Amino acid sequence: WESFLPSQVLVQPVQLICLYAPAYHLILEGILILWIIRLLFSKTYKLQERSDLTPKEKEELIEEWQPEPLVPPVPKDHPALNYNVVSGPPTHIITVNGKECINFASFNFLGLLDNEKVKVTMIAFLIRKQVNYLRFLHFFSQIDVHLELEERLAKFMRTEEAIIYSYGFATIASAIPAYSKRGDIVFVDEAACFAIQKGLQASRSNIKLFKHNDMADLERLLKEQETEDQKNPRKARVTRRFIVVEGLYMNTGDVCPLPELIKLKYKYKVRIFLEESLSFGVLGEHGRGITEHFGINIDDIDLISANMENSLASIGGFCCGRSFIIDHQRLSGQGYCFSASLPPLLAAAAIEALNIMEDNPDIFQTLRAKCERIHELLQGISGLKVVGESFSPALHLQLEESCGSRENDVKLLKRVVDYCMNSGIALTQARYLEKEEKCLPPPSIRVVVTVEQTEQELDKAASLLKEAAQSVLN
Amino acid sequence: MLSEPLPCSCGLNHIVHNGGLYKRPFNEAFEETPMLVAVLTYVGYGVLTLFGYLRDFMRQWKIEKCQNATEREEQKDFVPLYQDFENFYNRNLYMRIRDSWNRPICSVPGAKVDMMERVSHDYNWTFTYTGRVIKDIINMGSYNYLGFAQKAGTCQEAAAKVLSQYGAGVCSTRQEMGNLDKHEELEKLVARFLGVESAMAYGMGFATNSMNIPALVGKGCLILSDELNHASLVLGARLSGATIRIFKHNNMQSLEKLLKDAIVHGQPRTRRPWKKILILVEGIYSMEGSIVRLPEVIALKKKYKSYLYLDEAHSIGALGPSGRGVVEYFGLSPEDVDVMMGTFTKSFGAAGGYIGGKKELIDYLRTYSHSAVYATSLSPPVVEQIITSMKCIMGEDGTNVGKARVQQLAENTRYFRRRLKEMGFIIYGNEDSPVVPLMLYMPAKIGAFGREMLKRNIGVVVVGFPATPIIESRARFCLSAAHTKEMLDTALKEINEVGDLLQLKYSRHRLVPLLDRPFDETTYEETED
Repeated sequence: WESFLPSQVLVQPVQLICLYAPAYHLILEGILILWIIRLLFSKTYKLQERSDLTPKEKEELIEEWQPEPLVPPVPKDHPALNYNVVSGPPTHIITVNGKECINFASFNFLGLLDNEKVKVTMIAFLIRKQVNYLRFLHFFSQIDVHLELEERLAKFMRTEEAIIYSYGFATIASAIPAYSKRGDIVFVDEAACFAIQKGLQASRSNIKLFKHNDMADLERLLKEQETEDQKNPRKARVTRRFIVVEGLYMNTGDVCPLPELIKLKYKYKVRIFLEESLSFGVLGEHGRGITEHFGINIDDIDLISANMENSLASIGGFCCGRSFIIDHQRLSGQGYCFSASLPPLLAAAAIEALNIMEDNPDIFQTLRAKCERIHELLQGISGLKVVGESFSPALHLQLEESCGSRENDVKLLKRVVDYCMNSGIALTQARYLEKEEKCLPPPSIRVVVTVEQTEQELDKAASLLKEAAQSVLN
Repeated sequence: MLSEPLPCSCGLNHIVHNGGLYKRPFNEAFEETPMLVAVLTYVGYGVLTLFGYLRDFMRQWKIEKCQNATEREEQKDFVPLYQDFENFYNRNLYMRIRDSWNRPICSVPGAKVDMMERVSHDYNWTFTYTGRVIKDIINMGSYNYLGFAQKAGTCQEAAAKVLSQYGAGVCSTRQEMGNLDKHEELEKLVARFLGVESAMAYGMGFATNSMNIPALVGKGCLILSDELNHASLVLGARLSGATIRIFKHNNMQSLEKLLKDAIVHGQPRTRRPWKKILILVEGIYSMEGSIVRLPEVIALKKKYKSYLYLDEAHSIGALGPSGRGVVEYFGLSPEDVDVMMGTFTKSFGAAGGYIGGKKELIDYLRTYSHSAVYATSLSPPVVEQIITSMKCIMGEDGTNVGKARVQQLAENTRYFRRRLKEMGFIIYGNEDSPVVPLMLYMPAKIGAFGREMLKRNIGVVVVGFPATPIIESRARFCLSAAHTKEMLDTALKEINEVGDLLQLKYSRHRLVPLLDRPFDETTYEETED
């Protein structure tokens, strides 16, 4: 047992090796052992160390760095800085900057802002329930009024379900990212409004713009996508596609060619999202929007989104469609889940407005007649051209010839607007964020037609605009 | 009352070691999850997932009827709108306890609320209303900090008058024809309330963040955002196009390291200096109940020349001796905060948001904010409600009601939190925060807690994944100045009962204050969009 002493166990084999192994073998193994020992004792290699700056140098860098000011200064005469102050309600007769004018600038198409019945209902609601605010949506804030409004809207639009948002802008801006995610493809019209652009930006999808109302261009893009798909069918099977269009475009006053879009939808298997903020309560025999105007089955449109701030003269927005689609937004629409819901008072106002719309279907005809009248009257003004369909209640008046820079155009149009305001017609220029818009429309004056305007007032507005154009532009 | 040290149930007094900056003790604690509970929670989720797969399998093979809505026949060959897995959670976990959420109410959500009773005969796929109304449920779920959600009062009369004069809508944007005299009045009042030069009001609190942050920062700027920031701040930061870096929740060493690195190393690949750095924090974090360490944040901001954006959605009206928010709570000056943002939804009983700050900032926002150009302005009756409640809080309506409510809220908060801790529940957050998260952890307890409390006539809010990390589901109580001591006592008694029934008293009184947790150097994230 003495032969198992540690020294003997170690020494004997080593001696044997040294005797019988070839020399190069020993040398190589010796070098290897030395290398391992070196690695074991050397410092760890830090990949994070991106620079060799000493703490003192870092302090100096921190001292030297000067940030930009939080906001650049805005010149005092910036056209968007000085708002028009409206004293009192923005109804048919509006007091702007102290002067009484006829309102041709607020989107109060059906005149429901000042409607007595709506006001009486709201006050009754206030006395009965006294709620004019709300809570974060999931928890104790879905009041019976909301449920009623959702049902009524769904019934009115003849869809399965509707969902209410508390802010018009947030409606489409939350609806698009709920369905379209990174990697999906969205075909959108160039003239789409800012809310749609923000929704698309939030969705992180691939955006493909097609020329305004140009179905040939859209078909070209769809064909290109089809050839792409054939190269990679596995990816194509999970890439969702959408077309986003507006019923009545805010920026140009045109309608989208919906029947052709439906044909393209079934041919290329794309879903359609329709934004009907301007056309809801305006187009169609009963005010149901562009689907009624063209006589299209509402189930062919996957999602209709509109805001209640124009025809319904309330606040907020809604989306309607089949339950399969709308229900998804209750858990994944950001503006719905993470935000307080619509104050019940305003929901009650919307319900009453809807009642009035259903009871008086002839106001749509009246509105349409007035739109066509003003469209005709405004033709032939020297220096200004009318942009928009004849039945669109929100028209644009653009300069026939630009004077070189956008700034000068804006100033010129401002003088026209001021001339009209001084003579009793309230108008406004269409406002845009110049640096943020994808396709900036040219500067224009917005002319809004409502049912409350009489024929004399329409004539007066047209003649005043003629005069203003004459004196300012010539 | 405000300067004496607050005793915790474990007898220690955690005062932050940067004691010089704090004029009052800052007691915040997040007790660690007990190991057994964590393991059981994971097991619970595992079982649920297995059953979820089983049910999906049965539905696919038509053994079980498929209850949810399906695609149209004509569109069956379109690319599927939802991925199967996206909805897995929705179908199999959320659907089981769906009755705890979206409960419709039919009265003012004040301290007590009436709820419409509903039953489900097919395991929560559809609900039918029995027509009965459950009356007088103690409401511990609504954000009603100062109790302005009430039936009668001066707010209501003023709102009625404005209604009959102005109507409900505005039908135009701020820059076009939507700027009413009422809006200007409101903005002057808000500026006075906050103690800033100027303010601007917007129609929606969520949109205030998502539409103004992109106007302030853009490409080439850096945003340092807290881990647990609200979705609106995250969306606003993403839409702006700036680089976003996240620091650990309320952890000042993490923030300082990020600031140092940002200034020293500059932009990621080009090494150019950043144009500006914006720190996004909230006053009170509603899921955790924690209060931001504002004195330290301001000290850091001054040292590193960055800008601070403070979102006071929950803290305005709820903190501070006169309800002016977290800035007053810490005794700091509003001029130190560059952008003070808040909402009118929680403490003022209205809707909408505001931003306050220097005049140049607000002028810039009036010109370039997305909301001013494209979105409708606030509705006049809502504006009137804000004006009336703000004047009430400031004491300008001639009564002491506002001040009394602010004090009542502070007392309710202290009392409620102390009693819950004594009972042995794990409560997160700061001693002074009126949002009280009570930890439930296990998925089954989420549904059970909500239902048991409703049976006992207490309405609570339960939150689970994805609003919280997967094992940290909780019940969240929101205290209000309208809660009387009797209501709180009733609620506490019931919570105690349910806690014993469901075995929710996990606390072992080993409180680990957030600051003592070692900061982990290797885990700060950088997200570039």
